[in-house]
Formats: sequence, C-alpha cells, structure tokens
Amino acid sequence: MDVTTIDRRRLILSIGAAAGGGLALGYGFFTPGEAAAAASGAIGDYVVVAPDGAVILLAKSPEIGQGVKTLLPMIIAEEMDADWSRVRIEFAPVDAKYGDQSVGGSTTTPENYEPMRKVGAAARAVLVQAAAERWGVPAASLKTARGEVIDPASGRRLGYGELAAAAAKLPPPEPAKLVLKSPKDFTLLGTDQVGVDTPAVVHGEPIFGIDTELPGLEYAVYVKSPVPGAKLVSADLDAVRRQPGVTQVFALDGLAPPAGQQVGLAPGYAPGVAIIARNWWLANEARKVLNARWDESIGAGHSTDVYDAQAREILKGSGKVVSQHGDVDASLAGASKRVQAVYHAPFLAHLSLEPQNCTARPTADGGVELFAPTQVATDTRELTAKTLNLPLDKVVVHIRRSGGGFGRRLMADAPVEAAVIAMKAQKPVKLVWAREDDVAHDYYRPALWIALDAGLDAKGHVSAYRSHGVSFTRDGTKPTTGGGVFQDAVPGLLAGSARTEQSLMPTIIPTGWLRAPASNALSFVHEGFWDELAHAAGQDPIAFRLAHMRARIAAEAENSEEGEPKLKISRLAPVLELVAQRSGWANRQSLPHGVGMGVGCYFSHRGYFAEVAQVRVSQDGDWRVEKVWVVGDVGSIILNPLGARAQVAGSVVEGISHLRCAVEFKDGCTVPTNFPDFDLSRMPDAPQIDIHFLITDHPPTGLGEPALPPVIPAVVNAVYAASGARVRELPLTADRIKAALKTT
Amino acid sequence: MAITLRVNGRGLTAEVPPEMPLLWVLRDELGLKGTKFGCGVGACGACTVHIDGEATRACRTPVGTIGAREITTIEGLHAHPNGQALQAAWVAHDVPQCGYCQAGQMMTAAALLKDKAKPTREEIEGAMAGNLCRCGCYDRIQAAIGSAAGVEA
Repeated sequence: MDVTTIDRRRLILSIGAAAGGGLALGYGFFTPGEAAAAASGAIGDYVVVAPDGAVILLAKSPEIGQGVKTLLPMIIAEEMDADWSRVRIEFAPVDAKYGDQSVGGSTTTPENYEPMRKVGAAARAVLVQAAAERWGVPAASLKTARGEVIDPASGRRLGYGELAAAAAKLPPPEPAKLVLKSPKDFTLLGTDQVGVDTPAVVHGEPIFGIDTELPGLEYAVYVKSPVPGAKLVSADLDAVRRQPGVTQVFALDGLAPPAGQQVGLAPGYAPGVAIIARNWWLANEARKVLNARWDESIGAGHSTDVYDAQAREILKGSGKVVSQHGDVDASLAGASKRVQAVYHAPFLAHLSLEPQNCTARPTADGGVELFAPTQVATDTRELTAKTLNLPLDKVVVHIRRSGGGFGRRLMADAPVEAAVIAMKAQKPVKLVWAREDDVAHDYYRPALWIALDAGLDAKGHVSAYRSHGVSFTRDGTKPTTGGGVFQDAVPGLLAGSARTEQSLMPTIIPTGWLRAPASNALSFVHEGFWDELAHAAGQDPIAFRLAHMRARIAAEAENSEEGEPKLKISRLAPVLELVAQRSGWANRQSLPHGVGMGVGCYFSHRGYFAEVAQVRVSQDGDWRVEKVWVVGDVGSIILNPLGARAQVAGSVVEGISHLRCAVEFKDGCTVPTNFPDFDLSRMPDAPQIDIHFLITDHPPTGLGEPALPPVIPAVVNAVYAASGARVRELPLTADRIKAALKTT
Repeated sequence: MAITLRVNGRGLTAEVPPEMPLLWVLRDELGLKGTKFGCGVGACGACTVHIDGEATRACRTPVGTIGAREITTIEGLHAHPNGQALQAAWVAHDVPQCGYCQAGQMMTAAALLKDKAKPTREEIEGAMAGNLCRCGCYDRIQAAIGSAAGVEA
C-alpha cells in the first residue's frame, strides 16, 4: 500500500478486494475519470471517491448485455451507502488483482455477490472511521445514508467527498470485522435500476468494441479457409495490394493449438491472409481479388448429413456408460409399457449482432495493447501473451462493451488474430470480421442425437430410463467443448432406474458454449420425452412430473448431499406448481382449436425455471408462440428486477430462435452465410411473457441462462397439444410438423 | 473522389469511392460510430439511418447515390421531431440489453412515428420486423414506442 501526499484536490480513496477473495485497500491519487488508468498501478481498486462526493465504481467483469456493469457496482454501492445518482462506472483494468475477469455460465452474480458486498462495506467502514475521528465520537455511533456519514446524536453530517482524504490515510479494516447489511435494510438492491450505459446507447455514443478509435488506426480483414485450420495453397497478394486504400497485405501461417484443443481456447491462431486498408470497407472489398486456394482436404466427410447417418447407426448399439442407478435392463424388460424415441438437436451458431472484432496496438515496450469486446478478458490477455511469446505484463487488455456474447466471446480467437496482425504490421489495427466470417468461423453448439427408452410400471411411474447420446469429440476421448454432456437430467434422476450412455464421433468443426450450453439441447430432448411419457401414462404432464418429484424430495430430505449438479428437486417442484397456477394450466382444454399449452422445467446454472408456452399451430404447420409464463427461483433477492426481467424475456425470445435455426456443414464448410439463412426471432415472433420470481431462502444466482432451456420443450410440447404433432427433431419447421402429423 | 454529404444538418466531405456504402463512410471516414454494422446485406437493420426522413439501410446505400439529400443518424436523432421522446422512453423502459441494435431500432421507430403518430401494436410490429435484436428486447421496444407515441403498447 502506497500513501503519497499530493495536491489535496486530487486526493481520492480507493478500495478493493484482493485476488483470492481477501480484502485489501489500495490508496491511489487521481482525479475522477483517471480511475481506470490509475487503478492499474494500485492494489485492488474498486471505489474512488472524489472530493466533490462523486463516486467512481469499477466494474470488474465484461458487459455483454447481461447487465453486470450495472449490477456489480450496485452491490458495492448498497453496502457503501453511496448515492447511486452520483455514481459513475468504468470497467476495471484487466489485472490479476481482480481475479478472473470473465463472464459466462451465469456465474457473475453468485461468485461476486459476497465479495462486492465486502468491498462496499470496507469503503463504508473507513469513511465512517474518518468521520468518527473528525468528530471525536465512536464509529459505532454513526450511520450512513446516500453518500453521507451522519451523527444521529448531534445531527451533524459529512459527505463522503469531505472524508475521502482522511479515510485514505486509515488502515484497511480487517475483513473478518466487516459488518454487512441485513438484506431487509437494502435500499438500492432489489429496486429497478436502468443500465448504466443506456443513456450512451440511445445517443449513439461509441462505446462498443467495434467503435474503438485510435490515432493512426487502420482497418483489417483476416481471410481464412472455409474449412477450419486449412492451409493456404496460393493467393494473389499482389492483386490485393493494388486495390484502392490497401496499405498492407500478408499471409500468416497460423499457429496450431496443442493437439485436441481449439484456437481461441488455447494459444494459437488460424492461418489466413491479413488485408489492411485505410477503412474497413476497402479492406473487405480488396479480398474479392485475393483468389485464395486452400488445402481443404481435412474437411472431407465432415458434413451434417454424414454425421446424421453415422449417429443413427451408432444409436442402434450401446455407448459408454457415464452414469447409472438401478437395473435398467430388468426394469425395461418388466415394464407395463415401453416408450422409445430418438431426438435430434442440430448445430447452432451464436450470431451476436456485433461481429467478432478487436483493436490492437503495438506498444513502445515491444508489447501489445488490446481493446476487446470479450467475455474472457483474463484469458484474452494470457492467450495473446502465449501466442505472441510475450511476457504477460507486456499485454494490456481494455474491456470494451460487447454487442452480444451468448458464449461466442468466450473464445479469444478474434482478439488474438488482431494482436498478431497489429504486431506484424507494427501499427494500430482494428480487425473486423464480416458477418460472413462470423457465420463461417463460429464455435457452433454441437449437434446431438439421443435415443431414449423408458418403461412405465403398472401405476404409470417411470421405472426405467435409458438414454444413449451421440455427440462429438476432437481428441478421440473427451466430448468437444460445449456439448456431449449427457448428465442425469430430471427424468432419469426421478426414474426407478436409469442409465446414461455416451458415444462420440470425431469432428473438425469448431464447437463451443452457446447460452445455456448442453442444457439448451438436453432440455428439448428430456422434457420433450417426459411429455411423451406423461401422455403414454395417460396423465396430465405437470401432475405426472410433480408425482415423480414428490418421491424424490423425500429422498433429498434424507440425504442433503444428493444431486450431483446440486440440483434440488425440492426447488424445482414449487416453480412448476406455481407456473401451472399462473398460466391457467388446469383450464387449458378451453383454449380454441389449434391452440395448445406445453410445459418445460429445467435446472441449469443454479437457477430453477418452469415455463408454460401457449402456441397456435395452423393447418399448414406454421406456429406462433402467443404467450409464455415463466416462474423462476434464483434465490432470496432479485438484485435488479428491471435487468432480471430483461434477461428472462431475452432468454425466452432466444429459445424461440433456437427452435427455428440450424447450421449445416458440407465437407467441413459452413453452409449458411449470413442472417437471411437464419430464421431468428423478430418482433412479430416475440410472445407476451409473464415473469414471476419465486423468492426462496438461497443465495442469489445468475440469470443469463437458466430461463432459456425450459421454453424450448414448452413450445414443442405445446405444438403437440395444439396439433397432435410430436416433433423430435429441430428446427421446428412447418414441414416437420406436417410430417409428424402423418406419423403420430 | 471527394463526396460531400449533409449529415445531421452539417456538410461533411470524405475522399471515398462513390460505391462505398454510407455505413462505412459514416463510421470509418466521418467518425460517426453510432450507426452499426451487423450484416452488410440489409438483413438486420443495425445500420438504419434516415435519408430525407426515410428509414434506409446505410450498409446498402452507395454514398455516391445520396447527393444533397439530408442524412440523419442516431447522433442527430435528438433533433428529430420524435427523437427526444423516443430517447426518453428508451431510457425509461431500459430497452437495451447489449444495446448494439438500438441505434437502428430507434431510427426505424422515429421514421414510423413520423408517418403514423399513433401506431397500433400490429403496425409497430410490422414496421420494426426488419430490425433484429439478438438479446430479445422486443417487448421493451414495443412498450417504448408506445410510450413515446402516447398509446397503449
């Protein structure tokens, strides 16, 4: 900790949580607005109080539209009793002292709620101590509210700005002695707060990664083979050089990642040709004369139709057993009724609206500085350093707002490419992928195929549940990133006996995590089949689920450790019961002809969600989701209800997009090229959405993902209720619905 | 060649080929980065601007075809007759999630309200269907346009 005496007007207080969860106070001296820059030289800075009482809070995690740039500082401000109307927020620098600065898996809230509270409480403690010393009264006798310390005995008040200089000289409070508020005393958390960047957005301010401006900046495209990783055979670089505005053209051999790993997740980058020009359009136009030829032989046979045939052949046999309980074979043999089905979910693309991009600038010390719209700021820094063989301290990453993430920006491929290109060019370069590049070089949600075989006993209970899933592998042993996770889902868990088997097919297609990874496909499969089982048993789909859940809840009570992913059926059943009430499920028979209700419920990313969809299906098989009722349990408090409802509504709309899209491949090449090839949800496709949070006595958890998985089966099951068409393959097209009507 | 454009009430000149789309002239040559690149094929609406008041895809508009017509971008929306009402409604409803599509959404909404001061829900849906929001903010966009127009959304 450094304490320096300088001009008092510039004196501020900065406080933070050290890496590893412990608390540290760092004192820095800078004016508001310099906070981010100055904090890179301080220890764990999060809080800056200016002499005029303005407060700057640093947001440690990237913002991709999930609202954490607003939420994390809200948590600090709450415990600190800062005046939210006088708080300004900046991204923290990317530095080990902030821990892992990544966002994904809906982890930001659960992992940062307590640490950010402690940051705020520590700031409050030193401000109160400074006032206590000024007034000569015990700190414990003082209160705080809206940016002021108050002495209730005398009525005296001091603004935080007046105390900041003195507070900065105090030793940091011991973390163990910090007193956190009782949540019932919260005045900011639990209230609707508008996103901190919303005013900038509505005025078109240049806040996104792609908006980065630097002196002398030039613009680049990076042309890669349509087959991932394929080497360049020939290209007419000279022709490109002659194009207007082009300043530099060079081919890069790429750097292969370690065997079995993917570029973007491991050091390395793809081979390609960089074209740099004085504006981006000129660079992208120049690629038209590149005439690149690639050795695409590694792509042969990597086609979706080949995969489909292969997977269905594999499903005729058995896979590697990954989990089981009870004697499935005996239970199946002795079942009163047997239900079998094969489900298939296709590859999907992320399609964040801001294409992949990053701006990079070589630094005077031989390093590189990145301005990155990313979900993984820490990994971006590390992978850039390793790829360029630079020490970590020579790579500086600035977090820029991302125009959508959905898991795509968990891969640091574009930032690493930008760094490599800028270093080779030795000038500041903004690399922007054309939309066609973004579609062709995604890390797709891997397709999966699952064969299900279940037995019902004489009472209509599921006595056996066998599932055999086929997905992909890159190294021959492990499932490829973002899929192949055939964990026990609810039906298997609730069955008298269950066995989960897995088979993997080799692929070269890049795969990755798509919003609610694995769950976004498994929910469709298992919750769709669960619906089939309910109908086979002649029971109401919700009552059928609840009956099975009740038996499990009793078992949970006996063994609190039960449920590998910490799934508690005792939390899932109540949201299901409540969504039945709110949706008027019991009266669904009174819906008009061609309209049906379906249900899905799913636990993922620590959140419990049950959703009912009301869907209209025409005789031609066209469908529209009219309304979705959502009930979720994400714990004891909804920290920013305005943001929370946005995440849930967005998850529902995105789930509907998942239902309508697919990505096909032909010999390793992505077939779709741009948005017209995807039937993404538009405003007329968005249903009315009723959102309710069930408040429970559990720590608050995240909302980026868990509301997404249930809507997919809810819609598919509603299509069945509306039309009698049982669809087991996505996308949910009119043709599939019509075909299913003929067979079901 | 030097092309002079009327943008948000100002005359701005760029040395660019006439076939260069307006989007990239705005972003990379004139420093107006509020207008966004989404697809380059006119399919997402992120690049929507007004040309003589009409909502237009800047990514598909060669800059040489514009002539003396008046261009309005998100940076000039506040001066549009509906601009400030839309901006206030967008903030009040906290419409954006990531926010990347919002410039295009708001420019389309402003053009709609100029043509139809009190649009119905269906008219709003129809006018906005060309603007993609990958975060799924559609309910809030609908509500914000309703608020700005003073109609029940």
